[in-house]
Amino acid sequence: MTQEWNDRKTWMSLLAKVPVEALALAWDEADLGPDYRWLRRPETGAVMVRGRMGGTGLPFNLGEMTVTRCALELADGGAVGHGYVQGRDKGHAERAALCDALMQTEARGAVVETILTPLATQAAQVKGQRAERAAATKVDFFTMVRGE
Amino acid sequence: MYVAVKGGEAAIDNAHAWLASERRGDTDVAELSIAQIREQLSLAVNRVMAEGSLYDPDLAALAIKQARGDLIEAIFLIRAYRTTLPRFGLSNAIETADMACDRRISATFKDLPGGQVLGPTFDYTHRLLDFALAAEGGERPEVATRPADPAPMPHVTGFLNRDDLIEQEPVGDDTPSDLTREPLEFPATRALRLQSLSRGDEGFVLSMAYSTQRGYGRNHPFVGELRVGTVAVEMDIPELGFAVEIGEVQVTECETVNQFAGSKTEKPKFTRGYGLCFGHTERKAISMALVDRALRWKELGEDNVGAPAQDEEFVLSHSDNIQASGFLEHIKLPHYVDFQSELELVRKLRAEVERSQTAPTQEAAE
Repeated sequence: MTQEWNDRKTWMSLLAKVPVEALALAWDEADLGPDYRWLRRPETGAVMVRGRMGGTGLPFNLGEMTVTRCALELADGGAVGHGYVQGRDKGHAERAALCDALMQTEARGAVVETILTPLATQAAQVKGQRAERAAATKVDFFTMVRGE
Repeated sequence: MYVAVKGGEAAIDNAHAWLASERRGDTDVAELSIAQIREQLSLAVNRVMAEGSLYDPDLAALAIKQARGDLIEAIFLIRAYRTTLPRFGLSNAIETADMACDRRISATFKDLPGGQVLGPTFDYTHRLLDFALAAEGGERPEVATRPADPAPMPHVTGFLNRDDLIEQEPVGDDTPSDLTREPLEFPATRALRLQSLSRGDEGFVLSMAYSTQRGYGRNHPFVGELRVGTVAVEMDIPELGFAVEIGEVQVTECETVNQFAGSKTEKPKFTRGYGLCFGHTERKAISMALVDRALRWKELGEDNVGAPAQDEEFVLSHSDNIQASGFLEHIKLPHYVDFQSELELVRKLRAEVERSQTAPTQEAAE
């Protein structure tokens, strides 16, 4: 799978949804570890998730989900990274923000190669596997032919 | 006379210590981990998330462990926890049309684009206890796969809409009022009713829905579509100036197609009920859709037949199991002073009856 990674939204969205352990492993693997200072330390809060009446109509409040966010600035060059991730893991938000910041620097290639691409591939595999399992439970109808 | 008393501190501490030990149970049996609950009791986790109104599987699993499997107690723990969280904002409305469906069935159309996808369902099982599960060390069964069809799965109501056979949902992006921020007032908007039903007690909402099927506000529902799967949650990030996906949630959505509304001037059309809940919670989502439809009698110009499921004040005021159990269970806490006054009153009344009974006999004796 080749992906362009031109859009900040694309990588932030991926980083928000990846499993905590998977990102931690990939981050350690990448061994980038830049110096940074916090603009906003990681904090956990809630986001109200909304649905639409009838799936397409006016919005209503469905319920909340936990989200952890943070913002930081790299010591070298001053790129600012934001992390908004699902769940309560502060390390997850920190690594997501670091990736976001590094994507704006010369380290971009390393982040894409060792973190984003493998994580996107994993996510696509997981999604694909569920879709294949669902497809196997799709009903094939047979028309009954009445006796001759 | 009112005498202030205090006490029970040591008894309470000891009771809680014993509770913790009972929670653990026999120490010769391995302790449950949060991950085990999350992975192996996932439908309990889903119910706690839906009614706790907070999507976080690990927290729900922790709550179930702490509550010794008492799901309403677990929901209480989640509700209490969520009040401690700062609110970062509101998501954009999730797009259930883009759901990655694990399951998608329609009871109204056999051949529909995307097909009937059963998913991991209890339907068509024989409901016989499977003693093989009692044996430990069972292998995870192989799951069949088939190449997935990348074609979209449109909403069933979408193609009924095309032929103008079903009422259209009004569209817009108004910010809906929020139960968790403002007290519930009547008449409630449909947005508030749906929020309330989505976090309402499954048993209560199920019973209300069942009552409509049995004739108390009948609304002739068909399950137009039931889908279970994951959807991305997107939120506008103010400091960035654009929206990003901040996560992914599993939801169950039920759309019912119900009997007609029309008039002399307007051709009859199907009407709709809607259910949407966190997690794989299909009994709840179907129930929600039926009750939503029953509560819509006024906007559809139907008669109020006096059925409980049509009475939004009755339904919404009693659907929350945390409010209900809070009020119910508080009566087991000490009410010594209240009861003392009742006791005095009943004694006084008895004495009056006694006096009136003895007085005439004395008169007669004289």
